[in-house]
Amino acid sequence: MSVLPGAAAIAGIGATEFSKESGRSELRLACEAVLAAITDAGLQPSDVDGMVTFTADTNSEIHIARNLGIGELKFFSRIGYGGGAACGTVQQAAMAVATGVADVVVCYRAFNERSGTRYGLGQADRPADVSADGAAYAWMNPFGLSTPAQWVAMFAQRYMYEYGATSEDFGRVAVVDRKHAAKNPAAWFYERPITLADHQASRWIAEPLRLLDCCQESDGGQALVVVSAERARDLPHRPALVWGAAQGSGNDQHMMTSYYRSEITGIPEMGLVGRQLYAQSRLTPSDVQAAILYDHFTPLVLPQLEELGFCAKGEAKDFVAEGNLEAGGRLPFNTHGGQLGEAYIHGMNGIAEGVRLVRGTSANQPGDVHNVLVTAGTGVPTSGLVLGADA
Amino acid sequence: MSEYEERLQAWVGRPVGTVRTGQDPVNVPMIRHWVEAMEDGNPVYLDEAAARATGREGVVAPASMIQAWTMRGYAASVREDPAGPDELTDLLAEGGYTSVVATDSEFEFHRELVPGDRVSVEETVDSISPEKNTALGAGRFVSTVKTYRDASGEVVATQRWRLLRFRPEDKAEPKPLRPRPAINSDNAFWFEAAREHKLVIQRCADCKSLRHPPGPCCPQCGSFDWDTVEAQGEGHVYSYVVNHHPRHPAFDYPLVVAVVELTEGTRLITNMTGVAPQDVEIGMAVVVDWIDPDPDLSLPVFRPAENKER
Repeated sequence: MSVLPGAAAIAGIGATEFSKESGRSELRLACEAVLAAITDAGLQPSDVDGMVTFTADTNSEIHIARNLGIGELKFFSRIGYGGGAACGTVQQAAMAVATGVADVVVCYRAFNERSGTRYGLGQADRPADVSADGAAYAWMNPFGLSTPAQWVAMFAQRYMYEYGATSEDFGRVAVVDRKHAAKNPAAWFYERPITLADHQASRWIAEPLRLLDCCQESDGGQALVVVSAERARDLPHRPALVWGAAQGSGNDQHMMTSYYRSEITGIPEMGLVGRQLYAQSRLTPSDVQAAILYDHFTPLVLPQLEELGFCAKGEAKDFVAEGNLEAGGRLPFNTHGGQLGEAYIHGMNGIAEGVRLVRGTSANQPGDVHNVLVTAGTGVPTSGLVLGADA
Repeated sequence: MSEYEERLQAWVGRPVGTVRTGQDPVNVPMIRHWVEAMEDGNPVYLDEAAARATGREGVVAPASMIQAWTMRGYAASVREDPAGPDELTDLLAEGGYTSVVATDSEFEFHRELVPGDRVSVEETVDSISPEKNTALGAGRFVSTVKTYRDASGEVVATQRWRLLRFRPEDKAEPKPLRPRPAINSDNAFWFEAAREHKLVIQRCADCKSLRHPPGPCCPQCGSFDWDTVEAQGEGHVYSYVVNHHPRHPAFDYPLVVAVVELTEGTRLITNMTGVAPQDVEIGMAVVVDWIDPDPDLSLPVFRPAENKER
């Protein structure tokens, strides 16, 4: 069996406030989040010897290290594919710790995604670079398909057609997110829940997606400190052990536009992640008490529930409608409010919520949470984690 | 001299509009707002003792406030004057000079204003230039003199004021181009065929399997050799979206973008024509159509097939 399960733990979490205009540089946000996570772990910057972030992050490890007095780094690694990277950063850190390559690894992501470069505006005016990644946009941009909402809408329309899901089924996901955000003081939409009627009244962005199917654009930073399980037990907080950490890229994978597979109603790369997570952790879906599922857009939450084995194909709409995702339900979901309700920090804030669930400190803490499943971005090569209490 | 030119030049020496008297006399509250906004710390505007120490009888208004005393107020700046524009403005508009920008303002101050002064202004045309070509468009410089007087009729300041009244250039710009495809050696063949209105599909030269989007290597057999086949141009809608926001200026919205599955089995992202967004359906039989959005770009789009059910 792999050396990875249970070898590492998330011992510290730290974030900036989540806003629409931070008024600070992305580097400063990164430094604030990283320092807060190190402090939360009861460690010093000089204890850190590894850093992992997204290829999309603008804050190179060296800038954070020299600003915070971290000093020497023995391990630095980056993960590609946008929000798909989130849990992959923790996998990198856990592998580094488990193999002794590094002792204290900080995973981080910080950006001014609302006041600076807004991903929601899309790629239409992206300079036509002729790399394979650049040329991939040649099949979309000239036809006006160039934003994340539009890319996801194409999957959603086919999902509705095949499984009879409706806009209201997507809306129920948003309502749960916002209900949880309403009780989380750190959430942008704290004390601002929505109803299904609000969702249905919100304007079209890219049919079948409405405004309230789309996550926010946020400014902020989030960091996580990964150490060995052994070391974590000596630190202030109850460790969130990494029982599973996996990446996945599916057959005929594209960035957000894998429309050429025999079926496009599933998320095969997430199924691949899920199978690895269950194998590593020796758990089954019934052993998972809470889930943080990537929710940049509501429609792709449904096939995640199916790919991860919480319900059968095509039945996620019923699983959601039955109230299973509520804080008191079978699978409390996005108890921080998700990226629709708390903030869009490319999935990293969801991992922090997974840690809080294990610690028992979520703003919507359900009882008896032993294992939390966390996923990263959908539509792209992705990743996932199973975080849990000490065995 | 043209008749229009004569009518314009007849304005030289004549007053524009009527004498306008300030709505309020010179007063300390307005002075206070002004010097705060301008961050002018000179004490002679608000401090009686400091003003007297300079030999003045008391506080005075900043010289540059002179225009402020006779302005018509905020509301008039955002609403049209119910009386309509003055006759000279009308005449200039008749010549097509409908836009305006101020170019010069020179003051000469004769005495300082003190609280209680009532200021009026009269504006007289000094000159109207022949038509000049400017960066903003063809226009005429209209120079006037504004004479500011106190309640006794004594001149307190004069202002040489110059406006460019111009004909705005036609702002109708050509529609922006659709976003450019990034062309490289792996995809150029497809866009080159499209310029000849041929919809082609990459085919492995060895195992003959079709693939789209294209790439340098066959995922079925590993061959780097390939050619193309021309598609029949028929298929059905596999999925679609109707885009509303954000809007790109090259497109008309709502914009239908579809994934069409060709009868050959490959799919492609495309647009729909000849069908309203609400009438698009998954499974709808479609046939290829061609659009040439600009000289360098031709794209296959699809319209509903007539009398063809899938």
